[in-house]
Amino acid sequence: MEAKTIQQTEKGSIYVAKESRLAHLKKELIRGKHYYILMAPYLIIFFLFTVIPVVISFGLSFFSFNMLEIPKFVGWENYSRLFLSDDIFMIALKNTFIFAVLTGPISYIACFLFAWIINELSPKVRAFMTLVFYAPSISGNVFFIWLIIFSGDSYGYLNGFLMKVGVILEPIQWLKDEQYILAVVIIVQLWLSLGTSFLAFIAGLQNIDQTLVEAGTVDGIKNRWQELWFITLPSMRPQLLFGAVLQITMAFAVADISIALAGFPSVNYAAHTVVTHLMDYGTIRFEMGYASAIATVLFALMVGTNMIIQKILRRVGE
Amino acid sequence: MTLVLRIKRFFRLKKKLNRSFTVSFLMFLLLALFGSFMALPLVYAVNNAFKPLDELFIFPPRFFVKNPTLDNFFDLVALMGNSWVPLSRYIANTFLITVLGTAGHILLASAAAYPLAKYKFIGSKTIFSIVVLSLMFSPHVTAIPNYMVMSWLGWINTHASIIVPSVAFPLGLFLMKQFMEQLPDSLMEAAKIDGASEYRIFWSIVMPNVKPAWLTLLILQFPVLWGTDGGNFIYSENLKTLHYALGQISMGGIARAGVGAAVALFLMIVPITLFIISQSSVMQTMANSGMKD
Repeated sequence: MEAKTIQQTEKGSIYVAKESRLAHLKKELIRGKHYYILMAPYLIIFFLFTVIPVVISFGLSFFSFNMLEIPKFVGWENYSRLFLSDDIFMIALKNTFIFAVLTGPISYIACFLFAWIINELSPKVRAFMTLVFYAPSISGNVFFIWLIIFSGDSYGYLNGFLMKVGVILEPIQWLKDEQYILAVVIIVQLWLSLGTSFLAFIAGLQNIDQTLVEAGTVDGIKNRWQELWFITLPSMRPQLLFGAVLQITMAFAVADISIALAGFPSVNYAAHTVVTHLMDYGTIRFEMGYASAIATVLFALMVGTNMIIQKILRRVGE
Repeated sequence: MTLVLRIKRFFRLKKKLNRSFTVSFLMFLLLALFGSFMALPLVYAVNNAFKPLDELFIFPPRFFVKNPTLDNFFDLVALMGNSWVPLSRYIANTFLITVLGTAGHILLASAAAYPLAKYKFIGSKTIFSIVVLSLMFSPHVTAIPNYMVMSWLGWINTHASIIVPSVAFPLGLFLMKQFMEQLPDSLMEAAKIDGASEYRIFWSIVMPNVKPAWLTLLILQFPVLWGTDGGNFIYSENLKTLHYALGQISMGGIARAGVGAAVALFLMIVPITLFIISQSSVMQTMANSGMKD
């Protein structure tokens, strides 16, 4: 009897030792059961409409596919066509870079600068100014207003004003003249861009530890600029990182405003961006493989830029 | 001198450290200047909605309304009644999409955020990093495969194609998780000792305590859905949204300009009012929005 029991426990212990990792995993999964159930609805939808499409898009970029015939594998052909023989894509890429380089940093700095100034105001004035700066980004249908302001005839607000003052004699076709289209779209994009990051910055500024500022003054900080660099910016780093992600993504995805203001396609592709190029091939020409290659390039641009900027921002105030 | 003092008191400049009055004054001037640039188009939109037709097409164009009238709104109501697809249908569609999408988003994002914020389990870190990474995706990148997924599900030309994907926007989950991390653990432990299940804890302890975050998700999600024009997914006229109808009305030319201005005002005023109501809660949530290293 005794010997049997020992054997059994030995067997049991060996069994346990062998299975322990798997058993542990299983135990952990069972322990987390409720958490997985809670997350399941969100995650299913999230994966179905956000993660899987990115994967499909990447895969499809190596195929020729028109939604009717069976996809045909073409290797790197879509990419080589995109970069070597698609002149319009080059225009789109150039415009997207101009947009991103101008609207990205300017809107980011504007978000911070205005949040920083607003933070000095008394609570009531602060709430009002926050509303004034944030309202454009949530008022949805604002293109309508800008279309009237930049309208090409003399009824357009800007033309009417400039003609009255005497700066110009003839109305300018703001949205049809290649010279101006890009600038107009950039202005409207900037006007719209004080969104979530702006709010995050104001909130971050309000929660800076005031004892840090006092301690800094004792240590010799004399003016607001030193306070900004040595105390405010380092304390705000998490918000700055968050804001950067949103502003960069927005800056690369300029399309809706370009379409609403300059039309689709715009005159001589003056406001054509990577996203409008993507729409052209995806929703009009149904060259899904080619459009997917464009989407993949855009995706790489966004994520790549984000990674670089995150690295830089982590060094702020060090 | 008293004026300067009064200005100083108004802006509470007196007791602040490290501040010189001149620079502050210049900065507020800058703020006022850009503030009016931001506000001008909105003020113009409000004025436009109250302009009689002859004032809408005057040369030189006038910024402020001279003889305000409610005609545009009456015309809008009249138009509602006798167009082919009644305007009330567009309004109902927009309401349906916005309410379901926003409510679903708040509910599901909170349910997913709670375990991520408060517990460690297999996959929790990976899932959260995917969500953070996906903040960098623009919806345009996924537009084409999304269309295929939709047609595979048979959701093309239904409201589900707009509502369901919007329920899982990553920004809401991110903000909700950051906010929930601030909740004290003792709150949940006490409930657990009393025998509450995880679902009960989530529903009756966590949810009531994150009300500011709900409002934030609301204010971020609402304008997106409120302003949707149906995108590539909706073709039937009677399923289209108000934003789409506005485009149609504006295309009606001169005769519809007044009505267009009235609809634009309506579309604009709803999200802005919501923000005014929820502003303080939103700021409270945003304080936790930062990304940690």
